[in-house]
Order: sequence, then structure tokens, then C-alpha cells
Amino acid sequence: METLAHQFDDVEQQREASTLGMWIFLATEVLFFGGMLLAYSVYRTLYFSAFAEASRDLDIVLGSVNTAVLLCSSLTMAMAVYQAERGNVKRLVRFIGLTMLLGTIFLAIKFYEYYEKYKEGLIPGAHFTWHGSDADHASLFFIAYFILTGMHALHMIVGLGLMSVLAILAWKGRFTPAYYTPVELGGLYWHFVDVVWVFLFPLLYLVHRSS
Amino acid sequence: MIRTYIKVWAALLGLLALTVGAAYVPLGPFNTITAMSIAVTKAVIIALYFMHLRYSPRLTWVFAGAGFFWLLLLFTLALSDYATRRYMPSPTVWLP
Amino acid sequence: MSTEQIVETREHYLNCAFGWKSWLLTTDHKRVGLLFLISITFFFFLGGAFATLIRLELMTPPGDLFQAETYNKLFSMHGIVMIFFFLIPSIPSVLGNFLIPLMIGARDVAFPRLNLLSWYLFVIGGLLTLCAIVAGGVDTGWTFYTPYSSLFSNGQVVLTIVGIFIAGFSSILTGLNFIVTIHTMRAPGLTWFRLPLFIWSHYATAIIQVLGTPVIAITLALVAIERLWHVGIFDPALGGDPILFQHLFWFYSHPAVYIMVLPGMAVVSELVTTHARRRIFGYKFVAYSSIAIAVIGFLVWGHHMFVSGQSQYASMMFSALSMVVAIPSAVKVFNWTATLYKGSISLDAPMLYAIGFIGLFTMGGLTGLFLASLAVDVHVTDTYFVVAHFHYIMVGGTMMAYLGGIHNWWPKISGRLYPETWARVAAVIIFIGFNLTFFPQFILGYLGMPRRYHSYAEEFQVLNVMSTAGASILAVGYLLPMAYLIWSLKYGPAADANPWGATGLEWQTESPPPTHNFDVMPIVTEQAYNYGNASPSVR
Repeated sequence: METLAHQFDDVEQQREASTLGMWIFLATEVLFFGGMLLAYSVYRTLYFSAFAEASRDLDIVLGSVNTAVLLCSSLTMAMAVYQAERGNVKRLVRFIGLTMLLGTIFLAIKFYEYYEKYKEGLIPGAHFTWHGSDADHASLFFIAYFILTGMHALHMIVGLGLMSVLAILAWKGRFTPAYYTPVELGGLYWHFVDVVWVFLFPLLYLVHRSS
Repeated sequence: MIRTYIKVWAALLGLLALTVGAAYVPLGPFNTITAMSIAVTKAVIIALYFMHLRYSPRLTWVFAGAGFFWLLLLFTLALSDYATRRYMPSPTVWLP
Repeated sequence: MSTEQIVETREHYLNCAFGWKSWLLTTDHKRVGLLFLISITFFFFLGGAFATLIRLELMTPPGDLFQAETYNKLFSMHGIVMIFFFLIPSIPSVLGNFLIPLMIGARDVAFPRLNLLSWYLFVIGGLLTLCAIVAGGVDTGWTFYTPYSSLFSNGQVVLTIVGIFIAGFSSILTGLNFIVTIHTMRAPGLTWFRLPLFIWSHYATAIIQVLGTPVIAITLALVAIERLWHVGIFDPALGGDPILFQHLFWFYSHPAVYIMVLPGMAVVSELVTTHARRRIFGYKFVAYSSIAIAVIGFLVWGHHMFVSGQSQYASMMFSALSMVVAIPSAVKVFNWTATLYKGSISLDAPMLYAIGFIGLFTMGGLTGLFLASLAVDVHVTDTYFVVAHFHYIMVGGTMMAYLGGIHNWWPKISGRLYPETWARVAAVIIFIGFNLTFFPQFILGYLGMPRRYHSYAEEFQVLNVMSTAGASILAVGYLLPMAYLIWSLKYGPAADANPWGATGLEWQTESPPPTHNFDVMPIVTEQAYNYGNASPSVR
């Protein structure tokens, strides 16, 4: 039973407004990541060879696996919304759980990559040691890498938090075929975070692998 | 509907394989273009099918596209500065 | 039965619940608007205090009141407080919040709890910035240019940035709320082209808030990251480009000035029609011009960077686009003027503010065209010419529109009438004080006095003294409404639903409105501004 908030005239209006609100929020996120992507694009254009060399230092296997993990998590998320639409609470909770599991795997792999970079001395800042040429410009690559993937990871963590809340609410039986808007909105957010990674992966990992 | 989701998921994984594979082929500047085109394709099918954009009202499409369109404005105008600095730099001395 | 008693016994949004919880946990858009009113008024006087200190220093040519570093902090804090904590939220978060649901016949905004969150974010951001001020403030200018802000400044850069970052989310949420509300919650019959122009302009503002603010959020975050972890994103030693910062900064900060002025235009469209009792001339043109300003406004940011080192090609493009953006603004000015022509004008305070806006905004806008011309800008950039230009628009424009709007809707908000004679006197004092403060600055800038300097050449003193004298008159002018508006809450005559006899759904409900706004859902069948006077409006 969807509670109709007092400001809305009917459930349809409420759903329309909620969904539009979430898409607008996602538009703000596009601009937020986009600002950093501009910085990345400018420096990549100016210092291409340094960026290419630095990019080859990233672990393409881990990056590809992580991309696959997130793409699978988008499938499980879509399935979760599908189950919510049909009122299959048990399956809904399971698919949210799967999504969370895949998200956690993603973060685990990511933090492992960060740890590797730390061991290699590639954390930008005072202790940055680059083995190749053009350390200054390579450092810009790694600054962009950590900021972009770091911001993305932060959004993933928030996403996991959202999923936990959804899982708990779902398990308590709050969602019915008549009302599962939060699941839908959570799905939109999750898919968006996936889309960001879909762009980050080639931009960061695949600058110039063909040499 | 489930079938659609599976197809989209398979396509996404296929495109992932494609983008990784293509990265190892020396295409010069087209490497970036290829990678970005594949990324855009993935993003579009995630938006259309997983995010239900295909079944959403036109207004939603406008806002879904607005962010990317605005990003395009930012990129185009800002990069036009960098693209032309070598050819039309700001004079280092404005007044004699 | 006296009107006093009617006000007392009828239940409305102010007396339906008492106590701090009913205010701090409110989701009523009208109460949220008042919460914002109190907060931004505080920041206005804080920003004004910094301005006072600046003008005191500038009375004499040598830098004798403050050290240079202190003076740098004064103008930086003046800019930051006034822009982020007064101008940007002012009209949208106070008048927009209060009026938009009323004007479209809705019970509230689409997301009332998000609205309250928006206020809390504003307060938190403001408090953090206040802490930064107390801890010494920043000396980077409100523009935070790198590498000074990221590598060399010793001020409270990170703390200030966090405050602005959080306040930015307040702005984003307000914009998001307005867009969804306007799209989905209009009363039956209220089609887009029957909306008051106030709504059109706020919609355009909301678009800018939603699409622009995230970019300054990430940009300032990058500066903070660079300071905190010594990673040189904008550090020239690593190959970083300070001009990149400027591109990212101005991509928001130019549209931000339209966030500040479009709501002022929103108010003026209402003031002019109400107090000339006239249908707006060229409704569709004015409506579309708001959207045009919002969109084109995103394409002109490079005009802040003509002398920064960006390529000449980019400068020329931005210069041309900056000329274009003036056109929709001019359309509005022409149409307001045509609306006034042969209108039944009553020169009460709101109309005085509206006329002031039209004249002063025109001057500010025209001088903007001077600045958009590359050749002129080279000479007057970073001089007091620029300072005068933007103060004409921000103060002569937005501030006057804000005051005009507060007066116009004061009866609706408070259920009281303000004292008209005092209001007119204050409006005139403000107009005189404003022009005396800022017109000399055009001349000073043209003659070459640089901005952001605490000392200047001897020959500039006379004009500077005039400017400071004007500022003191302006201060008196601003204090007067504070005084009599508060006075009117207790002693002003009670207002009925529609003291101006204006069109618009907000005037169809009582003053002050009940919490749920309308007892019966309004159904709209007429165009906006359906005044009796036949006007040669363009359909």
C-alpha cells in the first residue's frame, strides 16, 4: 500500500515526480564526474605519451574483471526491480543481496589495486616514485586515476548503503507491486554508477595498450 | 522481459571483450574513438533497458540527455582553448 | 469585528503550530522560505560588514587601516558571503520557496523534506564558513585562483571550500525541487503558457542550479584535495594548468550570476504587471528569454579569462557569445518598459524597486557589453569598472528586485501591510545611496584604479570618498526595511487576501495562507496577468 504524500494528488503523480527527481539528480552527477573528466582529458591531450605509459601500469586483468563484475551487478539489479514489480519478496531480497555481493567484490578488487599501487610507490604526493620517463606528467595521470576511481568508489559505498536499506525494507515486506518506487530509484542510482565505470575503464586502463 | 535483460547483459559483456581486444590493435587515434564509441553504446543500452528509459516518458529522456549534453558544451568550449593555443596564443604582452 | 481579530482567530501557516520543533522540523514550504529569510538576512549583514570595512579603508589612498593581507581577506570574505550565502539563495530560497507552490495551485513542493534538508545544508555550510572566517578567513578572492589557493595561500581555504561545497548542495536540491514541482504539480488548466513569468524564470534558474553547481563542487574539491594531500592537479611544476582551474571555475560561476539575476527578473515581471495593472507585453518572448539566458549563459564563461592566457580564438568565440547573451536580457527590459507604457502605474514601494531594477540593470547590462568587447576588456579588466558593472547588476538589480518582492508579497507572507511612506522613502534612499556608491567606480575603473588593492593613487581619492559616502547612505536604506517590516508584524494593519488587486493564484487564498495553501483546488482557465486594461500584447 503506497502512502500518498500530502502534496501529491495521486499515486501516479507521486511516482512520476520521484522518478523525474532521481533522473535530475543523476544529471548533476554526470556534471560532477564530468568536471574531473575535463581535467583528465586536457592533461591526456597535452601529455599523451606520459599518460599512455602510466596507463599501461594499471592491471588490465583486474580492471576488466571489475568491469564484468559491475555489468553483472547491473543485471542482478535489473532483476531485483523485476521481482519487486511482481511482488516476489524473497527473490527481490536475493537479487539485492547478489547485487551487493558483486559491488563488494568490485570494491575489494579496487582496494587491492590501490594497495598494489601503494607498494609500487605510485600514490601521488610526497612519496611518488615513477620508474618511467616524465614523472611529473605521469603523476598527473595517477592523480586523475585516484580521484576518478576514488570518487566512483565512494559512490559505490553509498550505493551499498542504499542497497542495505532497500534489502531491509524489502525483507520487512514494505514493497508491493503497487509500490516499489524506492527499489526503482535505487536501481537507477546503481546503474548510473555502473555507467560511470563503463567510461572510466577504457579512459584509464586502455589509453594505449597497442604498443 | 528477463530475456531482454539477459540479451543486454550478454551484449555488454561482449562489448567489454571487444573494447579490451580492440585496445591491443594499433589504430592510432582511432583507438580512443573506438573505445569511447563502445563505452557510449554500453551506456546507452544500460540506460534504455536496465534503467527503463525506453519505456519512460519523453521528459525523462530530456533530463537523461541533459547532463551529457551540458558536458559536451563544457568539453567543446574548454578544449577549443587548448586546441588553438598553439596557433592563436594569447599575446604575452598586452601593451607595448 | 476588527480585522485584528480576524487575523488572530483564523488558522494559517504561522499560527497552526508553535515551538521550535514546529519550525526546525517543518516541511511546509512557506515556513522553509521564512527559515531561509532569517538565515540569508544574517549573511547579508555579515557581507555588508565586510563591505563597510573595505569602504572605510578606501577612503584614503594609503593602505592605512588594514594590512594588505587583511584587506585581501576582507574582499574575499565579502565576495564569498554575499555570493554564496546571500545572492544565490536569496530570491529562489525565500520567495521561490514561498510562492511557487502557491502560484501553481499546489499544496507544497514535490519534495518537502528535501526542501528542509536544503535549508539545513545551507545553515551547515554557512556555519562552517563562519568558522573559517573566525579562524582567519581566506585571502584568495572568492575566485580561488590556483596555484595561489592550492599551493601558497595560508588562509582557511579548505574549511571555506567545504562550507561552500555543502551550501552548493543546498542550491542543487532547491533547483531539483523546483523543476519537478513545476513539471508535475501544476493545477488543472495551468498550461505552461498560462504560468506567471515568475515560474518561468525560476525554472530557468533551477536548470542552471542543477547543471552548473556540480562543476564548481568538483572544482573546489580538487583545490581542497591538492591542499590536503599535496597532489598538484593545478601545479605548474607538474605540468598542471592554472587556466584549467579557471575554465572549470567559471563554467559554473558565470551561469551563477544568472542564478542571481534571473530570479530578480522573475520578481520584476510580477511587480510590473501588478503595479501597472497590465498584461505583460510579449509574454512568450519574456518566457523564452529566461530559457535563452539560462542556456546561452553556459556558453560565455571565457569572458572572465580574456587576459588569463587562453587562446585568442577561444577569447573571440566567448566574446561573440557574450554579445549574444545580452539579447534575451534586452528583450525583457523592452517588454517590461512596454508593459509600463500607458499602464495604470501606482508608485508604491514595489513599483519603485521595479523601476529601479529596470534602469540599473540596463546600465549594468550595457557595461557588460563593454566588458564583452575584447579590446575594451583588456584595459578595464581587474579594475573598478568590472566591480561597478557587477554591483549594478547584483545590487542595483537583484537586491532591489529582492526588496521589491519582499514588499510586494509581505502582506501574503505576514498578513500585515507595511508602512507605505517609509517604504517609499527607503527605496529612494537605497537608489540614491546605490548610485553614489557605484557610479564613481565606473569612472575609477576607466581611469585605471585596480580592484582588490587596499591602496591607490592620490588622484582617485575624491571618487573613492564619494563611493564610501554613498555606501553609508545605502546602509541606512537597508536598515530601514529591517526596522519597519519587523514593526509591521505587530503594528501593521491586517492585510486581506489581495491588497494589490493582482492576478495570480497566490492572491486567491488568504493572507497569510493556510498550511495547505488552498481550501479548494483552483482550476485555471485564463491567461496570466488577466487585467482589465486592454494592452497591445503580442500573442
